[in-house]
This record gives sequence, C-alpha cells and structure tokens, in this order.
Amino acid sequence: MAPVEIRKDLFWVGTADFGCRNFHGYSLAPRGTSYNAYLLRDEKTVLFDTVQAHAAPALLRHLEEIVPAEKVDYIVVNHLEQDHAGALDEMVRRCRPEKIFCSAPGAKSMAGYFDTRDWPVQTVKTGDSISTGRRHVSFVETRMLHWPDSMFSYIPEEKTLISNDAFGQNIASSFLYADQAERSDLSAAVEEYFYNIVLPFSSQVLKTLDLAAELKLDIELLAPDHGLIFRTPEDVAFILAKYRELALQKPRKKALIFYDTMWQSTGQQALAIADGLSEADVPYRIMFLKNHHHSEVMTALASCGAVIAGSPTHNNGLLPLVVAMLTYMKGLRPQNRLGGAFGSYGWSGEAPGQIADILGSMKMEQPAPPLKCLYKPKKEDLEAARALGRSIGRELAARCAV
Amino acid sequence: MKKYVCSLCGYEYDPAEGDPDHGVKPGTPFDLLPATWVCPLCGAGKEEFEAAE
Repeated sequence: MAPVEIRKDLFWVGTADFGCRNFHGYSLAPRGTSYNAYLLRDEKTVLFDTVQAHAAPALLRHLEEIVPAEKVDYIVVNHLEQDHAGALDEMVRRCRPEKIFCSAPGAKSMAGYFDTRDWPVQTVKTGDSISTGRRHVSFVETRMLHWPDSMFSYIPEEKTLISNDAFGQNIASSFLYADQAERSDLSAAVEEYFYNIVLPFSSQVLKTLDLAAELKLDIELLAPDHGLIFRTPEDVAFILAKYRELALQKPRKKALIFYDTMWQSTGQQALAIADGLSEADVPYRIMFLKNHHHSEVMTALASCGAVIAGSPTHNNGLLPLVVAMLTYMKGLRPQNRLGGAFGSYGWSGEAPGQIADILGSMKMEQPAPPLKCLYKPKKEDLEAARALGRSIGRELAARCAV
Repeated sequence: MKKYVCSLCGYEYDPAEGDPDHGVKPGTPFDLLPATWVCPLCGAGKEEFEAAE
C-alpha cells in the first residue's frame, strides 16, 4: 500500500506483512500483520516508530514519497520491540534526526539493542509535550502496556492518538481503516491480539483507559502500530469499549475444553464432559492440542469462563503439548475462570492432579476434583466425566447470564 | 519480613535489601514503603504487588 494521508499532513508510512504467520516466534498470525509507522510534516517533521528490520527499505520508500529522509527532524520511539524499532538504526543513519524521543525505560531498552552513544536521545514522561510548529505532540507513558518502555503519542490539534501496540491487531490488508473491515473479523483479530499479548496487563489497560479519560484526550483518530486505524466516532468508541470489556474479564457462559490423548481414552472423557456442559446449558469449545496451536486456544479463551484441561498420565507426568499450553496460559494470567482437570492412566495416574495444581496456581476455582479414568473409559467413567462437566457448567451458569 | 512480587513484571521486593536507588533503606518492610513508591523495573504502583509465596 502506498502512503496514506490519514489527517492533514499526517501520513501512514508503514508496511503490511502479508507473509507473516508466526508473530514474534510464539503466536500465530493467520491474517498476517502490519507495522504502522507515521510521519507528521509540520515545521518540524516527525517520524513515529519504524518497522521490522526486514521492511526498512519499504518504510524508507514510503517516507521519501513525502519528504527526503534527511528532512526528518524528530523520531519518536513509542516502544523498542523489534517489530517497531527494528529499522531504527537504519532510519537514524538516513535521517540524522535532531532528536529522538522515548520514555526513560525506552532509553534503557534502546541502549540494549543499539549503540546509542552518539544518538540525540531525549527522554519524556507523561505530560511532556513538544512543539512541531503548528502542532504539539504530548506523551503518555503506558508502562507494561506491554513493556516498561511503552508510551502513546497524542497530537491534540489533530485529535489523533498513536497508541503503539495497544488497540492493535494482526491484520495485513490492502485497506487501512477499521470501518472497511468486517466487524466480526476485526473483533476476532482484536481478541486474538489481546489474549496473546496484552492479557497479563489487564489492570494497566483499565488504568490507561481511566487516565485517557482523566487527561480528557479527545480522540477522533486512533492509530495503533499494527493493523487497522479507527477513524469514525463509532469505531473509536467500539475499540475503547472492547478493551475495557476484555480487560475486565467478566465470566462468560462458555467452557473451553482442551486436551491431548494417546489412545483416545482422554479424548472420550472430553466428549463426555461436553455432554455434561450441555446438560447445564453451557456452550463449549473442544480443542485437541495436536490440531490447535497454543495461541489459538488462548484466543478461544476470550469467550470462555471455564477451562477444563485433560492429559493422559505419561511417564508420571503430562503430555508435552498440555504442559506447553498450561505454561503459556499461566504466563498470560487469565482471571476469573473456573477450572477442571481430567485424564486417563494405566498405573500411576498423576496427570489430572498435576493439571489441577497448575490451574490452582492460576487461582481458578475448581468445582469438581480432578478426574482420572483407568485405561479406557467404562460406562461409569463416562458418567463421572459427564458429572464433572455438569458441575462446572452449573457453577459457571450461576455466575453469569451470557 | 515478607517479600512482595510485582504482578506486572515479576520484580521481587526484598525488605532486607530495600530499594536504595530510590531512597528506601535496607530493612524497610513493604507496608512502610511510601504510597508514591513504584516498581523500580516497570513503574507499577504498590497495589500491583502481591505477597511472595
């Protein structure tokens, strides 16, 4: 996509990455992604963020359609992660900026990635503002949303918020605006991004939303560094409300069952648990971990208030995909969930108890004790599995209407 | 004295060490940290800390 003037003298100069499928080495990106960088052409010319290193030539080409690189006076670095700052050294070399603005933790990260000794770095904090001539850029630190260095840049004269990773989505597209996308697809992409990246920092999201209200940021254009830009009042309201909803993590009346299995015994238990959930009128999703990447499972959790995990006992422990899934989930710190554990075994049977311990360490209440079944589920085992599904389902239904 | 962990970034406040870089002497219990004290790693407020297990 060629550069787009998103407000008067403010241009999108980023790149779409249609080929990206593995985002940052741990999360799938089925829609690809984009690295949004922005250029403000005022009396001072300002570049906001860059792109992943491999896309530096495209950024430079886009930028130079508007101004020669050496005309860039300031570079604002809202976040040092390499999908946004990977091309920073190249841009510093080309632009020779008068100043580079970042947060105090940003200066530390910057020095960790690059030799910044000769760079004109100036740190800024919440409330600081710089003049670009006819406009201003004011900064809002958003620590741990999602790194210590993260910050927003707000241009009051343009009512534009450049929000870095917050409100982003992994979408590569030939269009730039949220109102051009299918709402359900956009919403799913927002959930996917939130649940795989932002979730542990939900409390920071709520504080940041409150701070934005307190600072009376009037936002007509909300421009994240990944995916689509929000430009209509409806869309800006949509994404702010969506973030609040996702961060609050109120229980949802749906259960997520994930498992791995060797000879289908644990798989049969999963199906019987699902029957029990149906009896309690609770919808569910079953995910067999050999078919679903851990990031897909996390995305599915966005609409689920209960997690029911299963593994056969293998060498006195869990199957590796279940360990990976639980480790990934625990790091993302989901809140307000019910839990359940199950699995088949041949002689020792430790797995369900180990799962229950991990779910417990995530502060998940477990309405039913971990359930194990010897070798192959018999009628009574399937009934017990159904009862586990029913008891979790009833407890969940009692806590939420939808 | 109990240690406290920042729930955002994992930093552990150890009262035996304090936070001398930010004016907190060794031996200061978490409860006596000023309300304005923030996590030296990520800037989270005191309310984001939980007692270590």
